[in-house]
Amino acid sequence: MATTAELMVDNLCVQFGGLKAVDQVCFSLKPQTLAGLIGPNGAGKTTVFNALTGLCPVSSGQISFCEKQLTNEPPHTIARHGIARTFQNIRLFNNLTVLDNLRIAYHQNRQYSLLCGIFRSPRFKREEAQITAKAREALDLVGLADKSEHIAGSLPYGEQRRVEIARALMLSPKLLLLDEPAAGMNPQETQTLLELIRKLRDELKITVLLIEHDMKLVMNLCEELFVLDYGHLIAKGDPKSIQSNERVVEAYLGGSWA
Amino acid sequence: MNKLTSLISGAILLFIYLLVQLLERQGILLAYHVQILSLCCINIILVVSLNLINGFTGQFSIGHAGFFAIGAYASAYLTVTWQVPFIFAIICGGILAGIAGLAVGLPALRLRGDYLAIATLGFGEIIRVIILNTDAVGGARGFSGIPKYTTFGLAYLTAIITVVVIRNFVNSDYGRACLAVREDEIAAESLGVNSTYFKVLAFTIGAFFAGAAGTLFSHYLQYMAPTPSQIGFVKSIDILIMLVLGGLGSITGSVIAAIVLTVIPELLRGFAEYRMIIYPILLILVMLYRPSGLLAGQEFSLASLAQLFKGAKAHGNHS
Repeated sequence: MATTAELMVDNLCVQFGGLKAVDQVCFSLKPQTLAGLIGPNGAGKTTVFNALTGLCPVSSGQISFCEKQLTNEPPHTIARHGIARTFQNIRLFNNLTVLDNLRIAYHQNRQYSLLCGIFRSPRFKREEAQITAKAREALDLVGLADKSEHIAGSLPYGEQRRVEIARALMLSPKLLLLDEPAAGMNPQETQTLLELIRKLRDELKITVLLIEHDMKLVMNLCEELFVLDYGHLIAKGDPKSIQSNERVVEAYLGGSWA
Repeated sequence: MNKLTSLISGAILLFIYLLVQLLERQGILLAYHVQILSLCCINIILVVSLNLINGFTGQFSIGHAGFFAIGAYASAYLTVTWQVPFIFAIICGGILAGIAGLAVGLPALRLRGDYLAIATLGFGEIIRVIILNTDAVGGARGFSGIPKYTTFGLAYLTAIITVVVIRNFVNSDYGRACLAVREDEIAAESLGVNSTYFKVLAFTIGAFFAGAAGTLFSHYLQYMAPTPSQIGFVKSIDILIMLVLGGLGSITGSVIAAIVLTVIPELLRGFAEYRMIIYPILLILVMLYRPSGLLAGQEFSLASLAQLFKGAKAHGNHS
């Protein structure tokens, strides 16, 4: 096999007091896969994301990415290794402009020193111009080039979601985690989103793992699905096999998909 | 455009300095007036540096007078005991305050909101009590016999340097990281920003400038008293009021508020005791009508003024 797994999750457990939110979950992702994480509310999907990005402590198990151990590393270290994410309840920097939201995310690639910044050295100016250009490029990609000077919090919901994706892209991630990217979007916006995610994978060669309740989007987009229920991984496979999996139908999808 | 506006700003700043010098020589500005102007500059340094911590990084600190006191006393001790050159004393005062900022910030910045406020308040009082009990710096009697090295020009120059450095900091990637921490710490972390590092960095830089302001202050008044109103929590609150009035996250707002709130109490001297009533009423009015401060996170600049003027002109031509 030419491509080995990029993300390896081995026996992941996350425990809050007596509650096992995520229990012995194992899965792996190959580079450039479009994968989906589905399951009923409270199944632990977002907790898996939080564990992957270091936002909540892993009780036991291992997470490795590109053959590096990332279990219980702080979130900013994990971001540096190329895992970017968006949030279920959008977390933009609401009082800043869209452009600044994106420029912040270029932080880890900034080379100039503090003194360069304070004295506005040529290097500072060169790099800042580069950062701005990069941010405009990312905005262009999500189709928001004309919104760069808007205050992020004032944008409509659907556009905020796209800004958040653009901001995550500023990290030049290898793996992008999208937490309910289509929530609150109308069918047309969802279709645009689907095309955008495909484009990200095809053009930027990014692996995408998304949590989503819009089954039409999930079944159309994803090549591989993981189903969580009560913290357990109850099924994995391609959309076809998931749709006919009895346990999944019972726990989540319901009869109409069978 | 950018070069032009900075050239014009420089010319205006130089003009103000020369004007003050001229008026002083002509006897129009008395020593009293020059003292108020110098205090304005010192307060600008304090408020702008606190703005970096409270306004831009969003870490609510009310112990700024502690750093101010460290700078004031440490530098005075250096110039009195060892007769070190004043420039060196300013830098030493700043660095010592910065080190204190680092030492306090590392543990304290794990706290958030109210808890951080209480911790920094406590720190400020600890510094004051330590000074109160240190005989080498005069203890409760106060520290007298400090040489008068601070001139208006020096205070003015330091204030300009502070404003420029903090403005440039805020407009760099480092400043953006601080803004990100203020806006949403979790999002900032998930974008690769080490939030603890930037909180401590902002705290240390803010403390450094507060220390420098302290140095200028002690070498201006030539006497330091370890009272709450000079180096204790009352002083911290004074700086905080100026900051909030000017608007958190606005450097120009801080500068304006520092000047206004330094001058107003002096103007109100004619009203004797009533000024203690008028001053708070003014504050309440401003907070009622401009709840997010005079400039409310906006910056005032020559460029924006020119744009406004251009807009008005275009609008005028239109109609």
